[in-house]
Amino acid sequence: MKQLVAFTVNGEEREIAVEPNRSLLDALRTEAGLTGTKKGCDVGECGSCTVIMDGKPVNACLVLAMEAQGATLTTIEGVQCSAEEPHPLQENFMQCGAAQCGFCTPGIIMMAKALLDENPKPTTDEIRFAIAGNICRCTGYTKIIEAIGRTAGTVEAQP
Amino acid sequence: MKYFEYSEPATLQEAVALLRDGAGQASLIAGGTDLMVQMKEHVRQPARVINIKKIPGMDDFAYDPQGGLTLGALVTTRQVETSPVTQRHYASLARAATDFASIQVRNRATVVGNVCRASPSADTLPALIADGAVLRIHGPNGRRLCAVEDFCTGPGRTALGSEEIVTHIVIPPPAPGTGKVYIKHGRRAQMELATVGVAVSLTLAGGDCQAVSIVLAAVAPTPLRARQAEAVLRGQPLTSALIAAAAQAASQEARPIGDVRGSADYRREMVRVLTRRAIEQAIEEAA
Repeated sequence: MKQLVAFTVNGEEREIAVEPNRSLLDALRTEAGLTGTKKGCDVGECGSCTVIMDGKPVNACLVLAMEAQGATLTTIEGVQCSAEEPHPLQENFMQCGAAQCGFCTPGIIMMAKALLDENPKPTTDEIRFAIAGNICRCTGYTKIIEAIGRTAGTVEAQP
Repeated sequence: MKYFEYSEPATLQEAVALLRDGAGQASLIAGGTDLMVQMKEHVRQPARVINIKKIPGMDDFAYDPQGGLTLGALVTTRQVETSPVTQRHYASLARAATDFASIQVRNRATVVGNVCRASPSADTLPALIADGAVLRIHGPNGRRLCAVEDFCTGPGRTALGSEEIVTHIVIPPPAPGTGKVYIKHGRRAQMELATVGVAVSLTLAGGDCQAVSIVLAAVAPTPLRARQAEAVLRGQPLTSALIAAAAQAASQEARPIGDVRGSADYRREMVRVLTRRAIEQAIEEAA
């Protein structure tokens, strides 16, 4: 039987009806209509579904939707400064060419945002450590790390 | 995931009653990072999932120099990784929690969950056993204690009854002059299961080895205490020849299998190398 779950996502209060065996990832994508969060492996290996839940990055595929009752969530749809103005991370991902197919990008942006919220000036090693749980099969990570470092001001722009 | 009933009991008594009513078909969920995967892959198909996050006291995280460290069932591996208390007094456990999956997983996965999963390659188990950790278990007949060392009975199998809940881990405080090391060996540090893991807790007194525990991961059906290796060191001055002899003893005690991560011979050899390194590092930490 479906049950109601209420949470705040990207500053908006939402209430959705879900079966108990629904993951937060499926609930966000289907019931909440927020398809920016991607479903890659669905078993916590790839990081594509990273969202920020009560201030902490988590894999939405490993959380039951029921557990989001009362939670504050941020998804990729909530990071832009405004409709016209991307988040500095998004801007730098574009500038650096850090997205190729783009499937891993929302998860990596969310993980990078969580990192910078906690540690505004990470070293390259700290960036690599932070995104260890986000798999990208296109770029080889160099440009992703550069984009995050440029956002933090700890990596110089490449000529 | 198959359909299940979902409950959020407010007390341990309620949770135990739900486990009893579930008659073996109920699963507890705390972090959920193992259970969710097992349910999706149909390894476990519980009729009821019991979320223990609303039970008071389960998030306890307290240290005192007499009683040691108390970790409630909800304490995450990320908390243990980042806490100055665990980094200082329980360095091998903090290391094991750091070399574990990803930050996203560590923000959910609990130390108690890692113990109850009882994987032969579990990262936190060797450090907990080397530190003499004890589990507090709540069941229909009240509370009992069980050493972590006696808890794992096989791969994925434990001494936990079907109506019991592990509520806390209690780890004694370290004796002065104790060094603790965990070395995980894999192809990469994170997002990887251990090919071999070695935890050493070693206490020095006047240059001699006063007390030592050596625990091996991923080389037996359960975490393995290398008792012969410990006996080589105990009460002795720690020469490099003695350390090499202890490492050799540990590699002979290991009972590894060969699998996708490494052959049995490779694992046995790595036990020797890593045990030597872990002892040497523990001596440095203890000094």
